Amino acid sequence: MSELLTPSQTVGPFLSLGLTWLEGHLVVPPGSPGAIRISGVLTDGAGEPVGDGLVETWQADAEGRFDHPDDPRGATGSGFRGFGRCATDPGGRFEILTIKPGPLGDGQAPHIDVTVLARGLLDRVVTRIYFPDEATANAADPLLASLPQERAATLVAQETGPSELRFDIRLQGDGETVFLAV
Amino acid sequence: MTIPHPAGYRPAPDGNHPPLLSEGYRSTVLRAPSEAPVVLRHRLTEVTGPLLTGDIGPNDHDLTAQHDGEPIGQRIVVFGRVLDSDGRAVPNTLVEVWQANAAGRYAHARDNWPAPLDPNFTGGGRVVTDAQGNYSFTTIKPGAYPWGNHHNAWRPAHIHLSLFGRSFTQRLVTQMYFPDDPLFAQDPIFNSVPDPTARQRLVSTFDLEATRPEWALAYRFDVVLRGREQTPFEEPHE
Ligand SMILES: [Fe+2]
Repeated sequence: MSELLTPSQTVGPFLSLGLTWLEGHLVVPPGSPGAIRISGVLTDGAGEPVGDGLVETWQADAEGRFDHPDDPRGATGSGFRGFGRCATDPGGRFEILTIKPGPLGDGQAPHIDVTVLARGLLDRVVTRIYFPDEATANAADPLLASLPQERAATLVAQETGPSELRFDIRLQGDGETVFLAV
Repeated sequence: MTIPHPAGYRPAPDGNHPPLLSEGYRSTVLRAPSEAPVVLRHRLTEVTGPLLTGDIGPNDHDLTAQHDGEPIGQRIVVFGRVLDSDGRAVPNTLVEVWQANAAGRYAHARDNWPAPLDPNFTGGGRVVTDAQGNYSFTTIKPGAYPWGNHHNAWRPAHIHLSLFGRSFTQRLVTQMYFPDDPLFAQDPIFNSVPDPTARQRLVSTFDLEATRPEWALAYRFDVVLRGREQTPFEEPHE
């Protein structure tokens, strides 16, 4: 089979012209039951904020289902978008408002898939957000369990208040986030 | 209920995508992760993905019609098909584009090199592919622009494209170039793609048949996303 794929290229510094949506960071509308805010800072190998990046998220709904035909249990038809997108500000900050995804029922702990795009990234990098109140499920998660503890910790968000989670993304160096080849 | 493991998506061949650390492109040096990525077997979250088709405005497909007047520049139609690597069309998928104006300047607060802004050009658009995976938008040909990467560095004229496909694994952000650009040889971003034949897949083709007589030139740019494995991966029971 020939794989004549179109190569990836960087988003460059001006991605906001094409990729910014006013409400991109709202996976669910403000005030939705169970809404949580996940915020963080994107930093580079010198610890400096990356102020021209974009963070995108993709996740299941609260029942662990996807409104997508390739979910073998069938698309839910709920209209749950499951997708969030937030450009980083000059301080490297991003945030999304979402709900906690349910377990998929396949042995994985609840998680959100994350794409990071930025000037200086010739291809996207991918990571995952796991939840701090899921210690048992996290311990059994195939990905987390395959990682040394201090590396796995980079994938677990920290609770900073009621319905508030923090998930920093370090592209390089000390405390480098675990990135995934998908 | 146990969930069957879904068929995943085939990986890109070596050399198809740029390495994250590509020293000729200086900004990669502090942004490329040092650790090798951890291979994640594709499960439900990876084989599904956002199916975004809403909120397309009436002039989102025509970047020359977003203001009171027409932008300066060579009017062009950029069109093509979005396919997977098995040759199957990717229908109903969002394609987002952004670009500089004809003088090579972006309508962006942080682009301040001394080329003129065009009050009639913002440079952002989006379209959704039809049932056969076709997309098309009208714009003006962007200009080349200088950047600070190395002495006398110029980006070849390009249009940025963002695609989702139908799964998280198919997500792609790329740049479309124009044929025979004399700036290719000195551009570390274009040349970051190791395989020279893969690199050529970033270059659109001029299509005389598709030009609009007395209106616009036309460039074809097909986009090929990853194809799917034929069978689900069998995981041993633990
Ligand atoms: Fe650009």
